Amino acid sequence: MSNSKPAQVIDEHIVEIVSDSGEGAQKCGQTFGTIGAKMGNGIWTVEIIPAEIQPPARSPAGASGNRIRVGSRYMTNMGNEADLVVAFNEQVLFSRIANGAYKNGTIVLLESKWASDPQEEIRAAYTQAVKEFREHGLIVHELNFEVECLKLVDNARKGKNMFALGMLCRIYSRDVEKGHSEIHNAFAYKGDKVVKINQELFDAGYAFARDKVDYHYEIPPYTSDVKAKPMMVCNGNTAVGLGVMASGMDLVSMYPITPATSASHYIAEVFDKVGGFVHQAEDEIAAIGFAIGASYAGKTACTITSGPGMALKTELMGLAVMGEIPLVIIDVQRGGPSTGLPTKVEQGDLLSSLFGMPGDAPKIILAAATIAECFHLPITARKLAEAFRGPVILLTDANLATGVQPWERPVLQEEWLADPVDQSEWDKSVPAYDWDETTGLSPRPIPGQPGGMYVLTGLSHTNRSKVAYDSDTNQTTMEFRSRKLAALQSTLKPPTIHGDESGDLLVVGWGSTLGAIDEAVDTLRAGGQKVSSIHLRFLSPLEPGLKEIFARFKKVMTIEINYSDSVDAPLITEENRRRAQLANILRMQTLVDVDCWSKVYGHPLQPGELIEVLEQRLAALNS
Amino acid sequence: MFGIKADWSLDVFERYFTLGDYSGGEARWCPGCGDFAVLNTVHRVLRDAQLPPEKSVAVSGIGCSSRLPHYMGTYGLHGLHGRALPLANGVKAHRPDLDVWVATGDGDCFSIGAGPWIHSVRLNMDMVVLVFDNAIYGLTKKQTSPTSPTGMKTNTHPRGAPLPALNPLTITLGISNASFVAQVVDWNPPLLYQTIKAAHAHRGTSFVRILQRCPVFSNEFCKPLQEHPDKFVLLEHENGILLDEAVKRVFSDVERHDPRDWLGAMKFARDEQRIPLGLLYHDPDAVVYEDISARDLGKSDEEKIVAINKAMDAFAI
Repeated sequence: MSNSKPAQVIDEHIVEIVSDSGEGAQKCGQTFGTIGAKMGNGIWTVEIIPAEIQPPARSPAGASGNRIRVGSRYMTNMGNEADLVVAFNEQVLFSRIANGAYKNGTIVLLESKWASDPQEEIRAAYTQAVKEFREHGLIVHELNFEVECLKLVDNARKGKNMFALGMLCRIYSRDVEKGHSEIHNAFAYKGDKVVKINQELFDAGYAFARDKVDYHYEIPPYTSDVKAKPMMVCNGNTAVGLGVMASGMDLVSMYPITPATSASHYIAEVFDKVGGFVHQAEDEIAAIGFAIGASYAGKTACTITSGPGMALKTELMGLAVMGEIPLVIIDVQRGGPSTGLPTKVEQGDLLSSLFGMPGDAPKIILAAATIAECFHLPITARKLAEAFRGPVILLTDANLATGVQPWERPVLQEEWLADPVDQSEWDKSVPAYDWDETTGLSPRPIPGQPGGMYVLTGLSHTNRSKVAYDSDTNQTTMEFRSRKLAALQSTLKPPTIHGDESGDLLVVGWGSTLGAIDEAVDTLRAGGQKVSSIHLRFLSPLEPGLKEIFARFKKVMTIEINYSDSVDAPLITEENRRRAQLANILRMQTLVDVDCWSKVYGHPLQPGELIEVLEQRLAALNS
Repeated sequence: MFGIKADWSLDVFERYFTLGDYSGGEARWCPGCGDFAVLNTVHRVLRDAQLPPEKSVAVSGIGCSSRLPHYMGTYGLHGLHGRALPLANGVKAHRPDLDVWVATGDGDCFSIGAGPWIHSVRLNMDMVVLVFDNAIYGLTKKQTSPTSPTGMKTNTHPRGAPLPALNPLTITLGISNASFVAQVVDWNPPLLYQTIKAAHAHRGTSFVRILQRCPVFSNEFCKPLQEHPDKFVLLEHENGILLDEAVKRVFSDVERHDPRDWLGAMKFARDEQRIPLGLLYHDPDAVVYEDISARDLGKSDEEKIVAINKAMDAFAI
């Protein structure tokens, strides 16, 4: 093949690069995404991550890489099936096919060195796989990248990723200079020599694709002037890290857990310059204990974890509720229960965040829907934790954690930062919990303040924090702690409706599904369907006005990434059906017969899949 | 007085603290409980140090001894079972100016809190950790604790505790970066005072195991020790705890032991015939974690914003 045809202009493409773990496909994909963002395209990237660090080579379970959706408009989700795939071996593609990632017509640029492997089984497996891929409708081009890379490096495992990046940059008419400069950014810490060899690999890949690949596209930028609004591009965990720092919190206490840890890695990298500290505790319980101690004695602290860590932290979260200690708990949700799916997405921690502890423990729960919100909500959470004197849980998930999207660069505000620790004299006549009758709110004394001495306790206590087991004290203080949520809700606005204010079907979502839901709703609306959506950021307390909004639609349903019984599953009845988590809460709080659709596939929702589901529901409504 | 004008020192005298300033509500332990002696000693050490009560924080877990913060006039944090130490470490993390005390027990520290015990000793944050060891669970009414001697009859082991007791001294000494390990009994006030005073003066985590009387549930643990002071060996050294002559008259088996000598400390800690009293080990130069955790604090809002902006530049497009 030789290619001198002009580039075909397209609106968007979904590109995947898949390899064995350790071959650098993730770095290639991230860099390709960043170059796209810098050229003014909308992008959304999703990591393809095996659960093990070094899974066996050439195994479907070991697929590692990146999916990049790049287009001429703002991208909010990973889209449907891929258009073009670069694969370093054929086996890793089997898991992607099983995940429904490819369609009839997906182009696969496949490393062909396996066809001449010295081992007969490998040669046979390769030939068989290519045959199956073609039967499946994939357009497979067998190309020997290895040979080209070996002209420049001794070990093609180290370097093939930048060769592939060069190929993709040629195929998608990316700017070569931008490619070189991203390679520089990625490898500068390893020295000039490494930068140079990777740039040479990139150039070789670019030339190879020009000469050997018959595909050549152009994806115009979605805005003519990218510089008009300063943008940033990073994943959700990095955005969380930046948000934590911008909130003025100066202590993050954590224990390593996937997929949350990279947020703490990022914070640890720069926190010393911002004036903060990451404490790695001996376990999840000690991590929250340390954060609570720090919050009690000073500024609001933060702990970042995922589902199993949330479970371990439960008892101390209860102490923060009872003792009214401001605290920000960030839960980057993964698949559960138990160890579950450590690297995959799920929205499974909503009910456990809300109810997962003994007694009544009212707390504020927020959920980020976009990468920008991963930045902004820690700031909101810190303020709420202090104003409402208690723990705030911020839910994100594995999809946001590793997803990359450009977002508007925030202008940092001094008012976002926490006030210095108050050490002025406390008016002795004011008790440690001077609960306001209407709101349940009270100011808190901080150790070091003369006159404010009190003993914080998890036991039932009076306004002076004296242990009290009597009936009235327990009843009234529980009322005060609960009332704080009603007080917060009274300050919130009803959610914005995406689409018409009334109609046939209302879809309610929360968290990282926003982009996929909106895209599905928009497509259906363009086809004349009366479907709208709302997306909740406040889960506790719920945003107000829901019952009234629900009344304007024939049917309300949630779309979530967590488990629910299908209506048509064996033995399932209206009474025993276990519904998706938000659906339960909405039914409970509004008495509206809210339906749901949810799956635990472990991957983000595809708009195409949602369109099918919603079409069925709409058809049933109107039949 | 002394030729200096009185108003020069007025502030100091206005804030002279008495024992009452460090005490809170009336302590409600059982009559004869050893905890009273420790509480009174803590009050005395604070009064003698003349620390403003608002600068001290008493942190505890759950159990009889963990009620101590409620009987202090300082700030207090009565936490959860086994979690006193992480909470106390958190208090100290960004507030090195606060004077931190931890009250914990043999169940709270050596059983449910065993993980934090090990890691907190290693963090070596500046605080006094008083372990009230009565070899029994008191608040939950007489269950076997890790330090219950073999054969002690309890509600969970009515035919006697089946295992050899855990040795908290050898374990604590075995933790890297341990800096102050002492053992004392609640029923000898001068030794208790000198030991806790030395613990308070040490910068780092001062681990003090207090053999403590529980006349209600584990009388057989301390009673024989009280009656036979010859079961103890009192450690004496100029680098150790100042010993009152009265103390030496009670515990007449006195041995010289330099608390810098770790191997010697381990030998006394392992001795099954004689129970060591006093300072076993002291390393004044161990790493103190708040020197790390609070190192970068104190940036102005402007500096913070500049630094975060610089961090964001790396992701700018």
